[in-house]
Amino acid sequence: MKQPVLTLESVRKSFGALKVTDDVSLSVAPGELHALIGPNGAGKTTLVHQISGMLKPDSGAIRFRGEDISALTPEKRARRGLARTFQITSTIASLSVLENVALGVQAKVAHPLSLFRNAARDAALNRPALAALEAVGLADRAEVPAGRLSHGEKRALELAMALALEPAAILLDEPLAGVGREEGERLIELLSSLKGRYAMLLVEHDMAAVFALADKVSVLVYGRVIASGEPAAVRADPAVREAYLGEEG
Amino acid sequence: MTTGLLLVQILNGLQFGILLFLVAAGLTLVFGVMDFINLAHGVQYMLGAYLAVTFVALTGSFVLGLVLALAAALVFGLALEFLVFRHLYERDHLDQVLATFGLILLLNQGVKIIWGAAPLSVPVPEFLSGNVALLDGILYPTYRFALIGAGLAVGLLLWFVVDRTRTGMLLRAGASNAPMVSALGVDIRKLFMIVFAFGTMLAGFAGAMAAPILSVEPGMGDTVLILAFVVIVIGGIGSIRGAFVAALIVGLVDTLGRSFMNDLLRLFMSAPSARATGAALSSMLIYLLMAVVLFLRPEGLLPSRGRT
Amino acid sequence: MSTAPALAETVAAPAPRRRGRLLLPILLFGLLALAPLAVSLGMPSGWLALLTRAMIFAIAALSLDLILGVGGLVSFGHAAFLGIGAYVTGIMITEGQAEALLILPVVLGICALFAAITGAICLRTRGVTFIMITLAFGQMVYFLAQALSAYGGDDGLTLYAKSTIAGLDLFSTRTGFFYCVLAALAGCYALVRILVASRFGRILRAARENPVRVSVTGFDVTRIRLVAYVISGMVAGIAGFFLANHTDFVSPAFMSWQRSGELIFMAVLGGVGSLHGAIIGAIAYLIAEDGLSHLTEHWRVIFGPLIILFVLFTRGGIVGMLRKLGGGGGA
Repeated sequence: MKQPVLTLESVRKSFGALKVTDDVSLSVAPGELHALIGPNGAGKTTLVHQISGMLKPDSGAIRFRGEDISALTPEKRARRGLARTFQITSTIASLSVLENVALGVQAKVAHPLSLFRNAARDAALNRPALAALEAVGLADRAEVPAGRLSHGEKRALELAMALALEPAAILLDEPLAGVGREEGERLIELLSSLKGRYAMLLVEHDMAAVFALADKVSVLVYGRVIASGEPAAVRADPAVREAYLGEEG
Repeated sequence: MTTGLLLVQILNGLQFGILLFLVAAGLTLVFGVMDFINLAHGVQYMLGAYLAVTFVALTGSFVLGLVLALAAALVFGLALEFLVFRHLYERDHLDQVLATFGLILLLNQGVKIIWGAAPLSVPVPEFLSGNVALLDGILYPTYRFALIGAGLAVGLLLWFVVDRTRTGMLLRAGASNAPMVSALGVDIRKLFMIVFAFGTMLAGFAGAMAAPILSVEPGMGDTVLILAFVVIVIGGIGSIRGAFVAALIVGLVDTLGRSFMNDLLRLFMSAPSARATGAALSSMLIYLLMAVVLFLRPEGLLPSRGRT
Repeated sequence: MSTAPALAETVAAPAPRRRGRLLLPILLFGLLALAPLAVSLGMPSGWLALLTRAMIFAIAALSLDLILGVGGLVSFGHAAFLGIGAYVTGIMITEGQAEALLILPVVLGICALFAAITGAICLRTRGVTFIMITLAFGQMVYFLAQALSAYGGDDGLTLYAKSTIAGLDLFSTRTGFFYCVLAALAGCYALVRILVASRFGRILRAARENPVRVSVTGFDVTRIRLVAYVISGMVAGIAGFFLANHTDFVSPAFMSWQRSGELIFMAVLGGVGSLHGAIIGAIAYLIAEDGLSHLTEHWRVIFGPLIILFVLFTRGGIVGMLRKLGGGGGA
């Protein structure tokens, strides 16, 4: 059994009386795609926020490559190789697609904040950025401002921005939300092409996609993990069927 | 430094704090509920004072003049809301800052044209013109006590409205989550107008009440505005309780600092350098206080609940 | 959890990218360089002093544009840096040290220090609070200057000498001073433009629009903004140095909060975020102020409503309008 890349140990978080994360423990092995599913309001996005550092858990530990990162800021976690995408696409609309990806590259190069080196003509930034764009099939859109992309293209761009960080793990918060069928299929294909190379935690509502992609599935209901394991086993779990899958038909 | 002098200065500080609270209370609601930065709040305070000058002189009665001044301030505030502010709610802060800055230029100068640049004053009303004997036979003006009392009464009223009424509940909810309140089917526009009218009245009231003890002059609102900002930042945006506590702290610290800083520094240094340092330090004191509070608690002392 | 940037996207103007964007600044600096010639050909000589003053404020407005337009931080205390620069210059000249090569490092150092300390506190907050705190710190410096009784206090400080540069008496003639200010403006403009186009500048721009994205990409947004804030304060200090030499006088009024408001208006008037827009805005503002104040002593009664109308009805400032006139190359 390989050492997991990402481990959550009894993570808890409450907003007032509401327990949004209730004693959650799970782990993602290298190269594994771990899907996190659950009804709306189950606390999936809140959990992703805690892993990426935008929210602080009340208690529990988050380990990334063996290190407890629970107290680190989001930028420090990103620098250690933990990338994420957002449920509501989050790009820099006025920058070009290439520049968006170059931001991630910039985080990894020497002198990331050089005051005088021109960024637009910087091959050290642009070359890896272009490679990441090629990986997600957006290379021909490199010069377009990110704000003009279609919704599905923005999703792919976010993925490229995550890849540019050369991450060890990627948190994907509903990458298929709001995407049309055709673009959705392309994104699923893209995600499966990344499988094995990165540890991924995938939050997703599209069950077809989840069961096509996931190596492991955890089900979150009211902040608690009610089941976790192989996709087939989780699908067969009566508690899961009752709490969640049954409604989906 | 005698206890009598100290007592007088504490009362002065309280009275100053109360005045700041009246200005800051309306402003903090407007910030909190509407996320709207209204620099023109200070000129509304100034306008209250000028209107008091005119109406008290016109009617010959302080109370009647005060009531008329308040009504006029309210009408004027609503007119401004209709003409300018309402078009700014959806804009970003930069636009709000600039437009209300333009309003300050206009109103400060307009006041100069109408009332002249020279300081004016309002006579202290007959029935409050006496003094109250404190211990040691030191006298303190009755009017200032009345001001403190009136301020506390308004504070109590505000607390009642915000804490105990439906409108107040909406205000508190709005201060932490405006989209949710509008999702509840509340006419957010109407709520904004009420908040705004409320704030204008309070600022005008503060100006009118201050008129008998301060000189009424163009630009008097600007100083108060910035102090009210300091109060709001220390107290926590959108929090009436925070504004109350912070206003009293700022009033006391500023007043006591100005009176006793020299004496305090004299313990450590020579008289002339104590005077120079004291003047510099006491004028910076509340800003340093603000810096310390912010450093320790960026949300202010008593942030309104729900804001993160 | 608010993820909204300090400014809405409408304020956003992308950094200069294409070569065509160089046309306007080159034209601008070319025209400015010819101004003394126009005066020798018969333009009233008061114009040169007005233009000099306008260029000094242009340096300040340009520095503000770096944090306001590019960084998205509405700082309402920027006049403090102008004032600190002017006071340090005034005090050093009064104490017998008029050499610019000694004054400027002190100006830059003190401005950087003040910016670093206040910026570290201000940047812990955002939105409305940030605006109020920068205003309050600006006011603090204003009152400090009022309390400086050894250097004129409330009445201000009259200077009886101008600065020299490396011993050269360049500021004594009107034209000489004009070209020194122009050179400083050009230098500051080039510096800020390089900064905006740099790796650092790209992160600063990105953080204006989407600070959350920038932080999960591995950058400490607060630290980047603090660096911009410090640089901006230092450049404004340079403007203060020239202002003191221009007026031969410094007073607390240099850093009143109205002055901070005016600087914001200059940056917005020209077209926020475009850098040369700040220069155009400053020049337009000072010419308008000059013209209106000749018209009536109550010029603010006209100017205030103009600002309101400008905010309510125009977008993109003067540079935006020029761009539209120029065939709408667009952003």
